[in-house]
Amino acid sequence: MSDATQHGAGQPATRSLHHLDARTKRRNASEKRFKALGIGAIGIGLAFLVILLVTIVSNGATAFQQTFVEVPVYLGAAKLDKKGNRDPEDLKKATTFTYKPLIEQSLLDAVEKSGATTDLAKAKDMKNLISASAASQVRDAVLADPSIIGTTVDFKILASSRVDSYLKGRVHRDEIAKDKNITVAQLDLVDQLRDAGIIHKGFNWAFIFGADASDSRAEQAGIGISMLGSFYMMLVVLVLALPIGVAASIYLEEFAPKNRITDLIEVNISNLAAVPSIVFGILGLAVFIQFAHLPQSAPLVGGLVLTLMTLPTIIISTRAALKAVPPSIRDAALGVGASKMQSVFHHVLPLAMPGILTGTIIGLAQALGETAPLLLIGMVGYIATNSPDGFLDGFVSPNSAMPAQIYEWAKRADPAFYERAWGGIIILLIFLLGMNIIAIILRRKFERRW
Amino acid sequence: MKSFNLAASAIAIVAASGTAAFARDNIQVAGSSTVLPYASIVAEAFGENFDYPTPVVESGGSSAGLKRFCEGVGENTIDVANASRKIKDKEVATCADNGVTDIMEVRIGYDGIVFASQKDGPAFNAFTPSDIFNALGAKVLKDGEIVDNGYAKWNEFNSDLPDADIIAFIPGTKHGTREVFEEKVLEAGCEATGAKEAFIASGMDEKAAGKACMEVRTDGKAVDIDGDYTETLARIGSNPNGIGVFGLAFYENNTDKLKVATMSGVEPSTETIASGEYPVSRPLYFYVKKAHIGVIPGLKEYAEFFVSDEIAGPDGPLAQYGLVADPELAKTQDAVANEVTMGSGS
Repeated sequence: MSDATQHGAGQPATRSLHHLDARTKRRNASEKRFKALGIGAIGIGLAFLVILLVTIVSNGATAFQQTFVEVPVYLGAAKLDKKGNRDPEDLKKATTFTYKPLIEQSLLDAVEKSGATTDLAKAKDMKNLISASAASQVRDAVLADPSIIGTTVDFKILASSRVDSYLKGRVHRDEIAKDKNITVAQLDLVDQLRDAGIIHKGFNWAFIFGADASDSRAEQAGIGISMLGSFYMMLVVLVLALPIGVAASIYLEEFAPKNRITDLIEVNISNLAAVPSIVFGILGLAVFIQFAHLPQSAPLVGGLVLTLMTLPTIIISTRAALKAVPPSIRDAALGVGASKMQSVFHHVLPLAMPGILTGTIIGLAQALGETAPLLLIGMVGYIATNSPDGFLDGFVSPNSAMPAQIYEWAKRADPAFYERAWGGIIILLIFLLGMNIIAIILRRKFERRW
Repeated sequence: MKSFNLAASAIAIVAASGTAAFARDNIQVAGSSTVLPYASIVAEAFGENFDYPTPVVESGGSSAGLKRFCEGVGENTIDVANASRKIKDKEVATCADNGVTDIMEVRIGYDGIVFASQKDGPAFNAFTPSDIFNALGAKVLKDGEIVDNGYAKWNEFNSDLPDADIIAFIPGTKHGTREVFEEKVLEAGCEATGAKEAFIASGMDEKAAGKACMEVRTDGKAVDIDGDYTETLARIGSNPNGIGVFGLAFYENNTDKLKVATMSGVEPSTETIASGEYPVSRPLYFYVKKAHIGVIPGLKEYAEFFVSDEIAGPDGPLAQYGLVADPELAKTQDAVANEVTMGSGS
C-alpha cells in the first residue's frame, strides 16, 4: 500500500504505461493463475460429470433391450382342462407348474422344425432358455380366453436372463463351466435359433412399465410399478406440502410480528432443512405407522414422511420469493385501499408465484430421489409387484419408489439386476432433469425483474 | 382461493382412503436377506397361481425381522418373519410379552456357506476350518502357546496355501450368516488346532473358551461386511488376495467372477450339502403368526405353498436357485397343514 502511494505522489512516472513493471507483471500473473485454477475446477467438475454419465449410460443402456423367444405353444386340453368343461374355476387348478413342461415341449418342437443341429433332445433341456415367467404368461392368456385350449397359439415369451446376458455379451462360453443355469450346448443352440429368427432382441417396454420380479427371473423385472409408487408419493407431497408451506410462509413473511417467537420458528425451520432424511423416516415409523396405525409400505405414509422432509425447503424458497417482491407493490395496493390480505393475494402472491413453483419443484425433485426414510417404513424389498386396483387404492396398497427399487436391484445376485439398476438410474435422471427443466422454464417465463 | 379448496378436499380424500383401507389383504413378510430371494420367488409364484395379491417381502436381516415379528398381533404388524437361524428363547419371550404366543416354525431347507475369491486371484482352492481359524482368529495357538494372531500370509501356517496376504471379508454381526461362520468354521477350527484345549488349560471354562474361539482378529485383516453379498463381491473384485463369505446361491449366480474353495476337501454344491459332506451349512426358517391365519387372507395357503413339493422340493424353483431341499419336507408339510405351533407339537 505505502509503496503504491509513494510511487504515485513522489517520483514522476519514468516508464511508459506500455512497458509493464515487475509488480504489474506479478499481479497479472496471479490473476492468470487464478483464472486457470477456476477453469481447472470447472474442468474437473465437468470431467466427473462426463465420467458419471458415460458410466450410467454404458451400464444401463442394455436394460432397454431384451431378448425374446417366438414359440407356437400347443395348449393340450388333456393337461390344461382335465374335466373338459372349460370352467374357469377348474382351469385355475392347472398351476404354472403344469404349463411349464408344455412350453418347454413346444420350444423343443420349434427347434426341431427350424432344423437346428443340437444334442439337446429333451424338453427339460429347454428350461434354461426361457424365462420362468413364460408359464404365467401363457396361463393368463388361457384364463382370459379358455377357447384357445386345444389350439396352437403363437407366444412371444421372454428368454432367460442367462440367454439375454449371452446375447448382450456378458456371459462367455469359457466362464460358464460351473454355471448350472446354462450350458455351452444351450448357447450353441441359442446362436442357431437367433439365426433362424426364433430368438431376437426387442425394445424392453416391460422394463419401463412392468412390475418387480423375484430373484429367479431378472429378465422380467421392470420399474413401472415403483414409478407409480413414486408418482403417488409426489402427489401426496404436492397436495400437502405446497399449501401448508405457502400458507406458513405468507403468514411468517407478511403478517407475523417480529418477535422472539417468530425468530425461534425461523431458526427451527432453517435447522429442519438440514436434518438428515433418515430421521424423518424414524419419525414416520413412530407417528404414522405405530401411533396412527396407517398401513405399512404404503405410498401415503411415504408421501407424508417426504412432506415433512420437503416442507422446510418449500417454506424457505417461498419466503425468499415473497421477499423479492418490492415493498412498493404492497404500498401501492394498501394505498388505494386494499386490505392486507387483498394486497397479498391479489398482488404479492401472483408476482412471487414463479419463485414459489421453482422452489416446490426442486423440493419435489429432492423428495423423488430419497431412499433413506423409505427403508424404515417398509418400502424397500420385493414389494412393487401388484398394480393398484384403482386410483385411491394406489395410496395405500404396498408399493416401492424408484430409488428404493434401484437400491434393491443393486443388491441382488443375478448380474441382470445390476444392469436394471443402472437402467433405473437413467429413468430417474430423466425425471429429475425434466422437473428441473420445467422449473427453469417457469422461472424464465414468469419471472419479473424490478 | 379456489386452489386451496381443491387442496383441502384432496387431503380429505386421502385421509378417508387411508382409514378405509385398514383391512389389509396382502401378506407382509420381513427378515433375513438370505431368505429374501427364496421368499420372493415363492411370493411371485403365489401371486400368479392364487387369487390373492402377491405378498410383500422386505429384507433387513433375521434379527430385525424377528424383532418386528414380535412387536405384537394386528394388521399393522408383519405376518411372517424369515430367518437364517432358529428363533432365540429371548425372542420367543419378547414375542410372548407382546401377545404373540402361537408361532409356527417352518424349516424350508438348507443353505450352504462358501468361501470364494477372485477368479483370477491366487489359488485359494482348499481350506480346512483350521486354516480359517489360524488366519482370522483373534488369538491362535503358535508353537504350543496362545498368542495374539500375528500371521500376515496364508503360507505362514500352512505351506499348501499360497504366499498371499491374509484379507477376508466376513459377514457383520447383524447377519445370521455370521453365527454359522463362527460356530461351524471358527469354533471347529479352534478345536481342530487345539486352541480350545489351550484356552481351557489357561483357566477358562468351557463357555468362555468357546467365546474366545469365535473372536475375530481386529487388526484389519478380517473385514466385517454389514451390507449384502454384492458388497462383498465388490470388495473382492478390487482385492485379488481377498476371500469372501457368500451364500451358495449367490456364488452360483456369479460363477463367472468367483472361484469357490473346498472345505476339508469337499466342494460345496446342493448335493454335498444335502448329504452333509460339506460342513458349513445351516437351516433356513420362516415363522408364522398363527393368530393371523384366517384374518389375513391367504396366509395359510402361502405357508403351505412355500413348503409344497412343487416349490421347495428337489426339482422346484428354490432348489434351482440354490436352496438345498429339506429331506424331511413331508414332515414340515404336515406340520403346516395342522398348524402346529412351537412347543406344542414337536
